[in-house]
Amino acid sequence: METSVSQPINRVDGPLKVTGRALYTAEHPVPNVAHAVLIMSTIPKGRAASMDTSAAGKSPGVLRVFTPFNAPKLPPSPSGGSPTSRKLNLLQDDQILYSNQPIGLVLADTFENATRGAELVHIRYAPQPFNVVLDKDLNSAFTPEKAGAGGDPANSSRGDHQAGVAAAAAYSEHLYTTPIQTHNPMEPHATIAVWEGSKLTLYDATQGVFSDRQRVAQVLGIPPEDVRVISPYIGGGFGSKGPTWSHVVLAAVAARELNRPVKLVLTREQMFGAIGFRGRTHQTVGLGSSSQGNLTAIRHDTIDQTSSFDQFVEPCGLQARMLYPSPNAHTTHKLVRLDLGTPSFMRAPGECPGNYALECAMDELSYSLKLDPLALRLKNYAEEDPEKKRPWSSKSLRECYRAGAERFGWSKRNPAVRATPEGHYLVGQGMATACYPARRSESNAIATLRPDGTALVEAGTQDLGTGTYTIMTQIAADAIGLAPNQVTFRLGDTDFPKTPVSGGSQTAASTGSAVKMAGQALREKLIQLAVTDPASPLHGLGAGDVTIDGGNFVSAANPRKKESLAALMARHGQNEVSATADAKPGDEQDRYSMYAFGAQFAEVRVDMDLGEIQVSRMVGAFAAGRILNTKTARSQLMGGMVWGIGMALQENTMVDPRRGRVVNANLAEYHVPVNRDVPAIEVILVHEDDPYVSAVGAKGIGEIGNTGSAAAIVNAIYHATGKRVRDLPVTLDRLI
Amino acid sequence: MKPFTYLQATDVPSALRAISSSPDARFIGGGTNLVDLMKYGVEQPAHLIDIGKLPLANIEPLPGGGVRIGALARNSDIANHLLIREKAPLLAEAIVAGASPQLRNAATAGGNLMQRTRCYYFYDTGFTQCNKRIPGSGCAARDGLNRIHAILGTSDKCIATNPSDMSVALAAIGATVQVQGNSGPRSIPFADFHRLPGETPQIDTNLNKEELITAIDVPGFPFALNYCYLKVRDRRSYAFALVSVAAMIDVRAGKIHDVRFALGGVAPKPWRVPAAEQQVIGQEPGAEAYGNAADVALKGARTFPHNAFKLELARRSIIRALTTAAVKGERNGNVG
Ligand SMILES: Cc1cc2nc3c(=O)[nH]c(=O)nc-3n(C[C@H](O)[C@H](O)[C@H](O)COP(=O)(O)OP(=O)(O)OC[C@H]3O[C@@H](n4cnc5c(N)ncnc54)[C@H](O)[C@@H]3O)c2cc1C
Ligand code: SF4
Repeated sequence: METSVSQPINRVDGPLKVTGRALYTAEHPVPNVAHAVLIMSTIPKGRAASMDTSAAGKSPGVLRVFTPFNAPKLPPSPSGGSPTSRKLNLLQDDQILYSNQPIGLVLADTFENATRGAELVHIRYAPQPFNVVLDKDLNSAFTPEKAGAGGDPANSSRGDHQAGVAAAAAYSEHLYTTPIQTHNPMEPHATIAVWEGSKLTLYDATQGVFSDRQRVAQVLGIPPEDVRVISPYIGGGFGSKGPTWSHVVLAAVAARELNRPVKLVLTREQMFGAIGFRGRTHQTVGLGSSSQGNLTAIRHDTIDQTSSFDQFVEPCGLQARMLYPSPNAHTTHKLVRLDLGTPSFMRAPGECPGNYALECAMDELSYSLKLDPLALRLKNYAEEDPEKKRPWSSKSLRECYRAGAERFGWSKRNPAVRATPEGHYLVGQGMATACYPARRSESNAIATLRPDGTALVEAGTQDLGTGTYTIMTQIAADAIGLAPNQVTFRLGDTDFPKTPVSGGSQTAASTGSAVKMAGQALREKLIQLAVTDPASPLHGLGAGDVTIDGGNFVSAANPRKKESLAALMARHGQNEVSATADAKPGDEQDRYSMYAFGAQFAEVRVDMDLGEIQVSRMVGAFAAGRILNTKTARSQLMGGMVWGIGMALQENTMVDPRRGRVVNANLAEYHVPVNRDVPAIEVILVHEDDPYVSAVGAKGIGEIGNTGSAAAIVNAIYHATGKRVRDLPVTLDRLI
Repeated sequence: MKPFTYLQATDVPSALRAISSSPDARFIGGGTNLVDLMKYGVEQPAHLIDIGKLPLANIEPLPGGGVRIGALARNSDIANHLLIREKAPLLAEAIVAGASPQLRNAATAGGNLMQRTRCYYFYDTGFTQCNKRIPGSGCAARDGLNRIHAILGTSDKCIATNPSDMSVALAAIGATVQVQGNSGPRSIPFADFHRLPGETPQIDTNLNKEELITAIDVPGFPFALNYCYLKVRDRRSYAFALVSVAAMIDVRAGKIHDVRFALGGVAPKPWRVPAAEQQVIGQEPGAEAYGNAADVALKGARTFPHNAFKLELARRSIIRALTTAAVKGERNGNVG
């Protein structure tokens, strides 16, 4: 019986968090811990010709200084290329490949002493020529093997582009660009490494305890079983804590050398470069359509950046392949090598910037056809995946458009551009489609009934602050037949059953399915015990005739026939009953195309003299299969929409082209929205049943919220002002 | 951060003695700017003299209708003080336009006046060129990312802006800074407090290193209630001004009787041009007169590759701020 799932229950970890009792990585009390502080390069390319550590070595409290000239040599490890096994900077050589690269590590008794020690290391550089500007080097772009981690091909071609253009009443192509964006989770990356003999325990702010363990073990050349990773609470990650980065391994190496636990916390400034970021994208989108608005050609060509030493692709063109049923659709992805760190996953990698460009292009097309932007989307509604020619496992986008438009009052919008002044302001409305793939990976879980009749459910997984604890508790409660307060869920530990990385919005579907199956298996085991126990009032009933509800076995035929789980446990003298589950995706992934969809609407007010832009209203309607908790889901989606405000108007990692350094590597100058930038946001959860997508029926909701929101805002700015800005962020100087 | 000694000063004479004892001694007020700069290695004092407990936090009326703000009054306390709300609401509005509530709770009046530029290259010691940080090293901003930089009062040596909002209001109002040195007190008119960079961009103000700001005197204004502080910025709160305008206007019998305005975000110091104000006295209030005033105030502006927009933005901001102040005046019955 599903009584808890989808209810808007409060976060089960909320009280711990607001009272400061939830321990984040750097807060774990570890006796005798030494503090490590990284030394970062200040040039983008060359060598560290020498590093004078004499003053640092003598500075109070300093225990050790590691540089490329004395750092322990690690075994050669298969390195890089894959998104979770990034090429790391582990002081193995004197090469400098980007500014703000780790090139040394100081260990001291206190954080302050380590910081001071790091300042005292004098570095002599042998600089080399470099380039950090994507647009300067577009000719060197090369085609990667794949477009992103999903394994999609880098290029795609459906139909005949020239024919599609020839058939079009109108065809236009525009260049859209998005700047480098930096994740900036509130909690900085942090690692505490503790060795006991050959066994390593890592407290690590990571989105994947198991992938972290695997990578650290691989780089250190030790068996993964010797590494335990613990990560009970994470203060945001947005992808930046997905891969294992250099500081994690450096902390482990330093702790081994020192024979003492080591804590390493990055400063905010150090979070700009060495732990990934979203690279700059350069996207050319061409759309052709009949005069009635039926798309005849789509072209989406992306050039973005990777580092000189590793590879990451921001797959911007994937949505152009599947969102609209044009008979002709062509996409390409290319990379330019820059002397900056390696870009990485950032919330909706590919979909977020790609959808921005595609949905702005759709908006431009709607105006050139004099068609309502929403009507244009409805005209081009894909009833099946046009690229893979497969049915959708479910798609409720039409209902998202309808519900969102109705709540927003879209029909009342004046279609004319720059036609709605209000005092000093020009008011405008825009919309965009949102879309994100429903992913799922193999995941495990264990459910255990304790002697008191309550359950302990465990899975390795992670909670980035999104609500994993809460939804897993709800899923387990329903699966076993308990109330949520009778279930304790634990996560963030490689001692628990194996789970995938929390990325790609897959945790709910993957680990949620495992938790559900483990809970159901436990329930069946318990019912079996009850019906075969002569002392139970349920004795002799068929297993199918008994349910568990609110902690009691209940006869389906006669609800008065019941017994508490605790009573059975007491009689059985059993300490605990456990059941595990291994939940794997099946061939449904090959039979169906699976996506969550949504519709985003935004209203802006632009000061006609001063250019200041205020987002005054946002409505997002999303259909993502079963919603497991309407409160945490709403927050997630709303957070994604807020992200869109930052992306459209503010976020911009600025790199000085002459020195290759980020100039705004702090939260005062790297702008993200503050409360005053965020209007009332309405989130509509559109009901959707999807029998194929996962055992819990859920698609992911972690990322779809920031697809389409930036486009809706930029489209609203055009509607308000008549100015089409295609390069993000849209700052006020672009509008005056 | 370089190790430093710490002294809690108990009275003004002991604070002055301590600051004079070493060239590397610094006062610390709320610490919201100084500590950041120390963490970045931009400031490296050997001795910190905490003036936070000095009895200089009062806000009290001055004879003649003005208000004296103690140098250690917290920014929040100033903005919320009834006397300020009544006598200098422009100042209150400017203060709350700055930083965040948490920062304003910690920041002091004296510290706010002394806060240093937010030029990226000044803050990041990874850049070797910055005349303000390392005299003679060059200016990385001139050919660099200079969207936030100054268009007025710059020199070849430095094009940084003064980031304070509070100071823009104080410049418009024409405040006086009271300071105390070992040889006694002196008063510095606000217009003379901050300096232009010229050949010595490393020196921000005319306060001697061994002097302590003790108070800021704000004169009473007959038209103090006809005011506007306009701050144009990249996000709606918690961002420094691209352009700001502190304005007050007195309109009588359909003519501009008196006007005051100063600009922030465009110059190395709060930018007030008395000639621009004089220019429009006697004219009819309105965009035309305000535009004339703006043209005088912005005369000699020199823009850089990324900040050319500031010139037009400043002009429009002046017009908007004076218009808003005048509307407020109308509501007040134009009697201040
Ligand atoms: C993230 C961030 C955003 C901000 N945004 C804004 C903004 O939008 N607008 C704005 O105006 N400001 C802003 N600020 C700056 C803030 O207003 C200043 O940091 C603050 O006013 C400084 O006051 P304080 O008392 O903390 O100074 P401190 O940091 O204690 O001192 C600053 C300097 O003043 C000197 N000093 C202090 N008191 C005296 C005295 N009585 N006599 C002589 N010298 C003295 C110190 O020696 C030091 O050199 C921001 C700051 C931060 C960190
Ligand atoms: S503008 Fe001034 S503060 Fe900025 S780099 Fe140039 S000299 Fe330094």
